[in-house]
Formats: sequence, structure tokens, C-alpha cells
Amino acid sequence: MKKTGAQIFVESLRKEGVNTIFCYPGGATLNITDELHHATDIKQIVVRHEQAAVHASDGYARASGKVGVCLVTSGPGATNTVTGIATAYMDSIPIIVFSCQINTALIGNDAFQEADIVGITRPCTKHNYLVKDVKDLARIIKEAFYIARSGRPGPVLVDIPKDVTANMADFHYPEDVHIRSYRPTYVGHVGQIKKALKLIASSERPVLYTGGGIISSGASKELRRFSEMLSIPVTSTLMGLGGFPGDHPLFMGMLGMHGTYAANMAVIESDLIIAVGARFDDRATGKVDEFAPRAKIIHVDIDPTSISKNIKVDVPIVGDSRNVLKKMIELLEQEKEDFKDYPSKIAPWVEQINKWMASYPLTYNRTGLLKPQYVIERIYELTKGNAIIATEVGQNQMWAAQFYKFIKPRTILTSGGLGTMGYGFPASIGAQVAFPDALVIDIAGDGSIQMNIQELATAAQFNLPVKIVILNNRYLGMVRQWQELFYERRYTWTPMDYAPDFLKLAEAYGVAGYRIEKEEEVDTVLKEAFMNKKTTIIDVRIDPYECVYPIVPPGASLKEMLIV
Amino acid sequence: MRHIISVLVENEFGVLSRIAGLFSGRGFNIESLCVAETMDPTISTMTIVTTGNEAILEQILKQLNKLINVIKVIDFKDMDYVSREMVLVKVNATEKNREEILRMVEIFRGRIIDVSAKTYTVMITGDEDKIKAFLTLIKPLGIKELVRTGPVAMLRGEKTIKMKEKHGKGEEDGQGVL
Ligand SMILES: Cc1ncc(C[n+]2csc(CCOP(=O)(O)OP(=O)(O)O)c2C)c(N)n1
Ligand SMILES: [Mg+2]
Repeated sequence: MKKTGAQIFVESLRKEGVNTIFCYPGGATLNITDELHHATDIKQIVVRHEQAAVHASDGYARASGKVGVCLVTSGPGATNTVTGIATAYMDSIPIIVFSCQINTALIGNDAFQEADIVGITRPCTKHNYLVKDVKDLARIIKEAFYIARSGRPGPVLVDIPKDVTANMADFHYPEDVHIRSYRPTYVGHVGQIKKALKLIASSERPVLYTGGGIISSGASKELRRFSEMLSIPVTSTLMGLGGFPGDHPLFMGMLGMHGTYAANMAVIESDLIIAVGARFDDRATGKVDEFAPRAKIIHVDIDPTSISKNIKVDVPIVGDSRNVLKKMIELLEQEKEDFKDYPSKIAPWVEQINKWMASYPLTYNRTGLLKPQYVIERIYELTKGNAIIATEVGQNQMWAAQFYKFIKPRTILTSGGLGTMGYGFPASIGAQVAFPDALVIDIAGDGSIQMNIQELATAAQFNLPVKIVILNNRYLGMVRQWQELFYERRYTWTPMDYAPDFLKLAEAYGVAGYRIEKEEEVDTVLKEAFMNKKTTIIDVRIDPYECVYPIVPPGASLKEMLIV
Repeated sequence: MRHIISVLVENEFGVLSRIAGLFSGRGFNIESLCVAETMDPTISTMTIVTTGNEAILEQILKQLNKLINVIKVIDFKDMDYVSREMVLVKVNATEKNREEILRMVEIFRGRIIDVSAKTYTVMITGDEDKIKAFLTLIKPLGIKELVRTGPVAMLRGEKTIKMKEKHGKGEEDGQGVL
């Protein structure tokens, strides 16, 4: 039986097991929108700005591990998604953005609400499609889901002209995908893995440097087992947090620009870096020529373009992080004898790292005005790592990464690669939709939260009890910090004194609002706010001049940390 | 270092712009680009000439491979290959130099494909060296206009570029480089 494109679209979503979409309507979406009228099995979260629809599907994907889906209209609807798509692309998050397009016959005519969204998003999607014929629709949707979640995951955009949603075709959802030009490598080369183990056996100061690949491949169990078998200390990028328990004795914390002293020194002194699912981003490596100057490097990554891009690698292993770690563990077990003495051999190294951690822990000066670090510490203590934490971008993001111990994977939602202010709140909406009973907290800045503040209406409408903790320093704090340190305190453009009263704003949107000004209020207010079943804003008035430490000045080597 | 790269791609709209975008977006340079269908009409070959050091080339090859529509990438460097390019040159033809142009065209086994009162249009095919030599010699006679196709290339002897489908790129050498 023939179906319309809109029916095929909805049926295809069902075939993919999609039960939630984030959406915003327009003329071009109407056939699909109308088709979804009776689809009670598909939750339809209508946002207030298309950028938020993309971030929400991204947050949904990060928290759940499933592909996030959003749907927007042509022209401005589509162009509003670009920041969201670029954010997901930089962090390798599997989402699908369905944009509706004007009628096929009008494409290229500068018609009303036409935008060449396929052209615009080519450099920031893993792949994208323009569906020219309704007969191709089901196959393209199948391919889009496959491409988004396989290999190194990423966003895929599918542009569907309105006439395609009205035209009729037979509906067969393909059983499997065959793309001759796309076959990601999952299994690491055994010879290379053996070479890696040899290097490990001969090393004395090894460091596991892990990234987002641990999360996307689901490798946290294997990572922990591998690290514990050999007692190798672990440091993680921002994207990798939660991939290894933040309270584990072998965990050194994050490395890089705002990394811990121990993690950065360990990298500097190491004789072997084992990079797994990380990509040697400049925020992690500091001055790249001076990154791990004495170390050999093993690099496991599913994306060959990440290997030897920024740094010359001694043993490259292309493959899925989980798969490769599994194989390494298997081989270690077979060669138990060879590695029997390894942990005791490297004990002095672990000892040295423990000394660094004890002498230079993450710390702050708790006198004077309320400190943001204290607030994060309390949030951690009150939730014991059992919350999903989204962050905005800036100091708030770094304090969250430093002072909240992420115990489990998929509990941090943060824009690592693009650094998108305004990401955190819509992302936490997505996570809350995926896990209605979870405690989802957006650790926000007063600047960032204003970039997608309109989503308060969405959260309220769909009864999403997201907690927004605004670390309110009345500044674009991170930029101000750079001005303080590197531009002689000329605070040009960064003061945010002119901001809404967030409590009145909460009231205006019909959500709950609290304010914290002193340490004594922190626990009581947070506890009450976390119990509240409503969307909740907590406006926390913090010391405006608090800085994030340690900091490696931009372009400097990791050993040139400024510490408190 | 100058490289000739052949890229087998799905013959679909938008693929050329993906490849071109990859080069421009990463600051890589394309010196010449030649695109046409293969024996299999669903596949096109793009022959690209680019320059860069080893590290840049490695990135270019990997990035090309990463594109979903790219079936295969071949770098002809270190391979035994033949390459040819075609050039059209419009030269000033005067009483004095007509003879010399004709002689040169003959030596280089080119052809005059268009004639006017004041010009000859010459077609020359050959490898890089031959074309360079021809252009150096003809230049003093006065070139009015020059159009080049950019080279196309093929392996020497019986070897062909296997249309083996991309699979687990890198499984064999563990490096993911082709
Ligand atoms: C969309 C966007 N615009 C600009 C920036 C540059 N930027 C990085 S951090 C920052 C300040 C963020 O201020 P706020 O949200 O108040 O966080 P704070 O650093 O004060 O915690 C700015 C402007 C950015 N990351 N994203
Ligand atoms: Mg701020």
C-alpha cells in the first residue's frame, strides 16, 4: 500500500525505535506535523528556538546513548540549528536533524524561506542528505541513523522538501544498510595491540589519557579493569569525565588548561602516554611541542584522522576504544606472568603522583564572598554523583568539571569542542526527557543562561524539573579572568550587571526560583530545590572576581601552570 | 611536495562540493582538479593535484577517506604511474614566427586546432615535463591565452585501481592510512 512521505517519515521513526523528538513547526513541516497529531507513542517536545531543539536532542543522546532526533522547518528554522549541529559535530554526538525544505520545484529560486541548509551544514555534519524523491526517503532515514551512531558518531542532517512529504510511495523500511563507501573499523589490529603491550611492559611512568571515546564506545568498565590490572593512573579530558570513577584512587582528575597539577605533571614526566578515545585537542595538550616530552605514545581511536594529527604517535591503533581495551585485557590475562611485577615496578611512579595530588590538590580560598567551588562541592555531596550534570560554558563549566566528581559515564553534558554558551539548559531538557525521574542539574553562568533562557517555557510546559544553578558572578567570568590575567584588568564588554532579576524571571515563566547569597544557605536551599518537582532556577550570588585555577596560559606548556 | 591523488567517489550531486569544502575548510590547496564518470556510471574519478608536507598529505588522505561518499583514495606518489595533461594555447601568429610555431608543434606532437589571421590555437598533451618544456619554448613567441585540464593518472602495466570496497580502513596496517 502506498503511503505519503509524511507517513513514511513517521513509520520510519517508529522502525528506529524513536519515542521522542524535539521540534518546532513551520509551513514546510505541516504535512509531518499533522501526521504526528495522532502519534501518541512519539513524545513531541516543542521548544522555543530551534537551536534549543538541537541541543536538547544532543543532551538526550549524551545522557541516554541513543540517537537524538529533532525536526525543524525550512529557511530560518534550518539555519537556527547550525550552532547546535556544530556543537554535536565537535563532540561526536549522534543526532539527526530533519529540516523541512521548500518544494523541490522551487529549490534554487531564492523562494520564500529557502536556505541551502545542506550546503551550509556540509562542514559541520558527519553527512547530510537532500531527499529529492519520496522513494528514497525510507532508505535515507535508515542510512542517516546508521551513519549517526556508527564509527565515530556525529550529527546527520536530512533535508526533506515539502512536496516529498506529500508524495506517495510504497513503504519498505530496509532491513540493513549497505553503503559501499562507508565501513568504520571497530576491531583494532592485533599486531599493533601487541606492540602496545610491549611498550607498556617496558614503561616505568605510564599515564592513561582518556577522552570522549570511552563514553561513546561504552568502555568505562574495560578502562577501569585495564587501569586496575596494571595500576596505571588515569587522567581524562573534559569529554571523558565519568568514563573513569572520579573518586577512584588512580584518578588524577582532568588534564590541560584547567587540569590538576598532578595530571599535568604526570603527563610532563611520563615515559608512556596511552591515549584512548582522546584527540590531543589543544585545550588538553597545552603547547603541543612540549606535551609529554619524554613519552612514547600509544593512540587508540576509531577515527584515523585523529591519529598523528596534532602529535606524532608511536603505536597507532585504529579501532573502537571498548573493543581494543577488551583485547588488551584478554592478552594481559594470557600473559599474566610478564606483567606480574608491573604494578610493583611502577609503584614509585604512582607514589610520586599521589604526592603531587596531596601537595597540590584542587583548592580555593574560602574566605570572603561565597565561592562557586564550594557550591559545586556541596552539589556533589548532596547528590553523591547520582545526578546528570549539564554545564554552560566558561568558569561555571570548569568549576563543575573540577569540583564535581563524575562517577558514571553519561552524567556530564558539556560542550567540550565548540564551547557553546547556551548549550547546557536545553541539553538538560533533553536529558530530563530521556530520564524523567533523574535529578538533572544545569550548572550555568549568568551570561550563558541568557543565551537560551526562552526554554524556561518549554521546561515548564512539559513539566521538566530541571534545576538551573546559576553561578552568578555578574560577569562573562571566563573572559573577565583572561582580562584580569593577560589584559591588565581592562574589563571591556564583560560586565553583566544589566541582567534580569532571575527570581522575577522564574515567576514570569511560572517556574520555581531560589536565591543563595551565603554559605549557610547553600545546603538548605539546594536540598529544598532538588526536592521541588518544578523547573527550578537557583540564583547563586558568588564572588565576582573568583578565578579558575590552575590555569595554563594559552600557548604555554602544561608545566607552566598558575596555581592558587 | 606535489602529489597526484585519485579519488573514486559516488557519482552524486554535492560530492564535488564536499571534496572542495574539505580542502578549503582545512586550508589545503588544490592545484588542479579533474572530474569525470568511470566505466561504472555510478562512480566518478577525481584527479587532484595538491602540495604539502608528509603530515599534511597524510591528513588530506585520511580526511578524504573519511567522507561518506568517497569509495577509494589513491596517492600516486611512490607508485609507478603514467599521467597526462592537455593544454590549449593561443599564440600570436605573425609572418615571422608562423613557421617556428608549426615546427615546435610538430616536435612536441601537438596539433593546431584553430587558426585566425593573427593567432594559432595549439593543443598539446603530455606529462608535466613535456608541457613545461613546450610552454617555456613557446612563451617568447607570445602566448595570448592558456587553458590546462590538469593531469589525469593511471598505474603502469597490468595493475588497476581495485574497486575493492572501503572496509575497515586500516585493519591491515593498523594505521588507517589507506
Ligand atoms: C556562543 C558563545 N559566545 C561567546 C563565547 C565566548 N565565551 C566563552 S566563556 C564566556 C563567558 C561566559 O559567561 P558566563 O556564562 O557568565 O560564565 P562564567 O564564565 O561567568 O562562569 C564567553 C563570552 C562562547 N563560548 N560561546
Ligand atoms: Mg558569569
